[in-house]
Amino acid sequence: MIPLNTDAEPASFVITETTPTLDWWLLAPFLVVFGAGVLAVLFETFVPAARRRGLQITVASLALLATFVLIVLQAGTIPEEGTTLVAGALAVDRTALFFQGTIAVLALVSLMLIAERRDGRDAFTAQAATVPGSEEERAHIMAGTQHTEVYPLVLFAVLGMLMFPASNDFLTMFIALEVMSLPLYLLCGIARRRRLFSQEASVKYFLLGAFASGFFLFGIAMVYGYAGSVNFGAIREAVAAGGADIFEGGEAEPLLLMGIGMVAIGMLFKVGAIPFHSWKPDVYQGAPTPITALMGSCTVVAAFGALLRVFFVPFGTSVQVWEPMLWAVAILTMVVAAVVAVTQRDVKRLLAYSSVVHAGFILTAVVAASTDGLAGAMFYLAAYGFTTLGAFAVITLVRTKDGGQELGDLEQWSGLGRRHPALAGALSLFLLGFTGIPLTSGFIGKFAVFEAAVAADAVPLVVVGVLSSAVTAFFYIRIIVVMFFRDPEEEGITVVPAGLFTGGVITIGVAATLVLGVFPGPVLDNLLPSSDPSAEPATVMVNEASLEGEGD
Amino acid sequence: MAVTQHHAYLAAEPVVATAADSPELSLAWLLFALPLAGAAILLLGGRRTDSWGHWLATALPLGSFALAVFVLADLLGRAPDQRSVSVPVYEWFAVGEFTAGVDLLVDPLSISFVLLITFVGSLIHIYSIGYMAEDSGRRRFFAYLNLFVAAMLVLVLADNFVLLFLGWEGVGLASYLLIGFWQFKPTAATAAKKAFLINRVGDIGLLVAIMIMFAVLGAVSFSDVFAAVPGAGDGVLLAIGLLLLLGACGKSAQLPLQAWLLDAMEGPTPVSALIHAATMVTAGVYLIVRSGPIFEAAPAAQTVVLVVGAATMLAGGIIASAKDDIKKSLAGSTMSQIGMMVLAAGIGPAGYAVAIAHLIAHGFFKAGLFLGAGSVMHAMNEDVDMRRYGGLASKMPITFATFGLGYLAIIGVPLLSGWWTKEGIISATFGIGGSAGMILGTTVIIGAALTAFYMSRMVFMTFLGKPRWEEGVQPQESPVSMTAPMIVLAIGSVGLGGFLMTVDRFAHFLAPTTGAEIPHFTVGQALTAPYGLAALVVLVLGVAAAWAIYLRKPVAEVAPRGNFVTVAANRELYGNEINEGLLMRPGQVLTKALVVVEDKVIDGAVNGLGATVKDSSTGLGRAQTGYARTYALTMLFGAVIVAATLVVRF
Repeated sequence: MIPLNTDAEPASFVITETTPTLDWWLLAPFLVVFGAGVLAVLFETFVPAARRRGLQITVASLALLATFVLIVLQAGTIPEEGTTLVAGALAVDRTALFFQGTIAVLALVSLMLIAERRDGRDAFTAQAATVPGSEEERAHIMAGTQHTEVYPLVLFAVLGMLMFPASNDFLTMFIALEVMSLPLYLLCGIARRRRLFSQEASVKYFLLGAFASGFFLFGIAMVYGYAGSVNFGAIREAVAAGGADIFEGGEAEPLLLMGIGMVAIGMLFKVGAIPFHSWKPDVYQGAPTPITALMGSCTVVAAFGALLRVFFVPFGTSVQVWEPMLWAVAILTMVVAAVVAVTQRDVKRLLAYSSVVHAGFILTAVVAASTDGLAGAMFYLAAYGFTTLGAFAVITLVRTKDGGQELGDLEQWSGLGRRHPALAGALSLFLLGFTGIPLTSGFIGKFAVFEAAVAADAVPLVVVGVLSSAVTAFFYIRIIVVMFFRDPEEEGITVVPAGLFTGGVITIGVAATLVLGVFPGPVLDNLLPSSDPSAEPATVMVNEASLEGEGD
Repeated sequence: MAVTQHHAYLAAEPVVATAADSPELSLAWLLFALPLAGAAILLLGGRRTDSWGHWLATALPLGSFALAVFVLADLLGRAPDQRSVSVPVYEWFAVGEFTAGVDLLVDPLSISFVLLITFVGSLIHIYSIGYMAEDSGRRRFFAYLNLFVAAMLVLVLADNFVLLFLGWEGVGLASYLLIGFWQFKPTAATAAKKAFLINRVGDIGLLVAIMIMFAVLGAVSFSDVFAAVPGAGDGVLLAIGLLLLLGACGKSAQLPLQAWLLDAMEGPTPVSALIHAATMVTAGVYLIVRSGPIFEAAPAAQTVVLVVGAATMLAGGIIASAKDDIKKSLAGSTMSQIGMMVLAAGIGPAGYAVAIAHLIAHGFFKAGLFLGAGSVMHAMNEDVDMRRYGGLASKMPITFATFGLGYLAIIGVPLLSGWWTKEGIISATFGIGGSAGMILGTTVIIGAALTAFYMSRMVFMTFLGKPRWEEGVQPQESPVSMTAPMIVLAIGSVGLGGFLMTVDRFAHFLAPTTGAEIPHFTVGQALTAPYGLAALVVLVLGVAAAWAIYLRKPVAEVAPRGNFVTVAANRELYGNEINEGLLMRPGQVLTKALVVVEDKVIDGAVNGLGATVKDSSTGLGRAQTGYARTYALTMLFGAVIVAATLVVRF
């Protein structure tokens, strides 16, 4: 069902005199990750098993690093208003580059968690194809086989993530969505411990993801029916031409309405807004924790990047149509997720709900529909990504007595702070960051999105947001209390020593949470080209119909 | 009259701060960052820094002092109306129209304090090297001292009330830690707690004042608040003024929040010298002078300032006259002298310059006196009772000489430091005019008489007369690390007042900031004016009275029972009882009442709310069945919501 050739679309099937010129320089970040992914697959085939892991890690990290460097270099060279690539399929503007750069860095840090090994084993099962608990599985464990396929899968997922927020037409965006999601479905199901649980999470994620993709694809069809194009700029023009108020004269535009609604469902599923969030707790808990960290940071950034572009560029001229819908979803998300999180006992589930609440907070910035809101959301996502990675890195270290599987049960974390003050201190900092305590990055992010919402007269939304923050503070701070103010459990937990990689991730998380909280200026002030803060966000994004022959 | 001519600088008109444009000024943040770094290194570095930590901690405030000298030179190189410089240190974040950050205000007033704090602070660090040499907690002590210096510098360099409050709390914390430094002494622990609690009362006053400023005037920075003053209502200004005064009373040990200062002498003596005599306790005076435009616009608040200052000046003098504990007597003296400064600050622009000049001069001689007292205590095996001193002059010549110079300065012997500034205050007080001027001026002269009496008493009982030492006490002079700072401070005690007051040097320097009127002040006039002569007469009378009681007759080794005045004075004029009646008992009743309210009403509501949230949480959590089909259904339900909210028009 994935169209192999986007040029087969009628609207773009206008024969141009020349083939689209490819700007290799601007395409390079995608190509590097893609090339590394392909190379990684070849390694799986041709390199002896013993040498694969080191090679894979090296290539993957070099590729991500190179991508990040390329993105940074590009950010200095692109024109202020941005440009497009491959006949308008991809947008290259400050917003896209910021999200891509963030994803590259977060993926690199996640890769450190993924690559971490303890006692010669990483977080993944020896052979995913074996039945859990079977003789065959044991044989593979004894033989010490390992799934180095993880690395190409991660690279392809990252490729999708890089494309997702930069897509400039719906078909590219759909492809990006699938490229991003399919490897993740697999990665979720290959945990080393509690394999059935992991597989269940994977299947659920896949089923519901397919369901959401269905909505998304149908929505694209509707929008195409309305606008006659899948290009964001062209849709924007069509919607504007149809009049900002599509209910004008009592004559609604059902195609556009249905399109917006169904596309929105697809996107809201990916960011995990309520009521499209059900997968999140189960998947976050079941997936191998390094993969949960990857999803909790990179996927969220990519999904929100795409969501912001969709609502601000193609649908940016019909804000009043989708605003009530996002109001409802944002309020529902902030309230319900915060309330449900209160009774969670498992730390990974708790962070899943926390991620849902944060999605609600970021949605308030989408509702603001201003450049200020866009900048706030961008900062929020970057800040949240680092803090999340750090928090999950800590979780990988807290295990059952014999150093076995991870132990997420909060009751058993009692007194962790007394025995391991540095580790518990780092986690406390991350939790304070999630809460939004001043001098952590979370505070600046929250302040920025709420400020934008207030400026856009969405005060009730901010009131709900602040109240919901208060509820979230309760369960975040309860963890700190449990760790520091309860007597340690006699039996129960061990904390495995942090390896170089995990320690590095925690350090990076701490540093980012503090630096972005204390010196946010350099990042916060340079997110977007200077513009009127209450201006329409599309003014700082690529928003023109850029495909030749459009509109025929 | 000494006041012959006024240079009128417009009061209540904030000087527009210029931007920092020289390297000295843009480095102004180092002033407080250096000692702060010292505190951090010593506290975080742990035992590794034991061997060299105190040297570092001494070097850093010295570095700050050196920088402050450069900053002063820079300021002096500017035109007088260009000397208020705003130094942006750190912009935290700017979102939309909201900006949060840290800005410093370097102007003649703040740099005067910076120089005093860093100079006296450095001397006291040097002194402490010797004084605390035997103490196992020396590193911690120096870390706290550095913390104090940093917080105090933040307090005086802040360009807004919020940052000032941060420094204000910082010095309160350092003071608490240092009073209770010898935690093994129950009295020290109690004194620390007492200081902390009484200061909370004052701090809340300051905090509420800041809240009112933000709510009503819409600003917290000095320039914006003062610019908003003319448009503000009288009631608001009065409220802000009185609340600021409450804050000042707490920190500066003014009536009715004075009771903590005498107990604070439980801390090590260098702490008493630096924090509880020279610098921190003068923060209240700084606050009143800095907030001048507010007080000038609220005359009723100004009157209260005058009354509080005058009353504290007398009360402190009386307490100091009765105490046999040398440090407590000095503490009473500090109260009294600060009362005098507060009174001068309450006069308005005419009094600001003399108030601050007296503050600086006092900082030198009072620190010197405390260090001298510490030196004596060292020699007397840490005994503080003056009735067991006597005849130390020959055994401790350097201490005697430096203490003696401080003594002559504080009682106002003509041409020594204290005389200049005290004469300035007397002159400014009479300058108020009318019966108020007469009454207050007379009060200051009575205060001067008390000073002469109690200080003479102290010197006679300690250094002169026959030795009344305990057995086994063999006093000898302190080491050079202790005497050297005392000598430097003694030089300041002699010359500083004259330097500041001649040709109205300091008043002219300060005037562009505080909007001071400059009274011409000359030696001849001060000596020949009626009040000048009166001051000289009471000086002689005070010394004579002390001579008659404490030197002519032998001093009893056990304090006589005394009449009701001495008993009351010895009990600190029932300050503790008053505090108990005014603050503690109502506080306890209030606490009990609040506990009931808390248990029944608030807890009920919170628990109810908590239970509701928890119940809803469990209820909503049931939707998370674990079945993919339920989840898909939930999504479908979401699709309905999306459709409904898209189609239904609001």
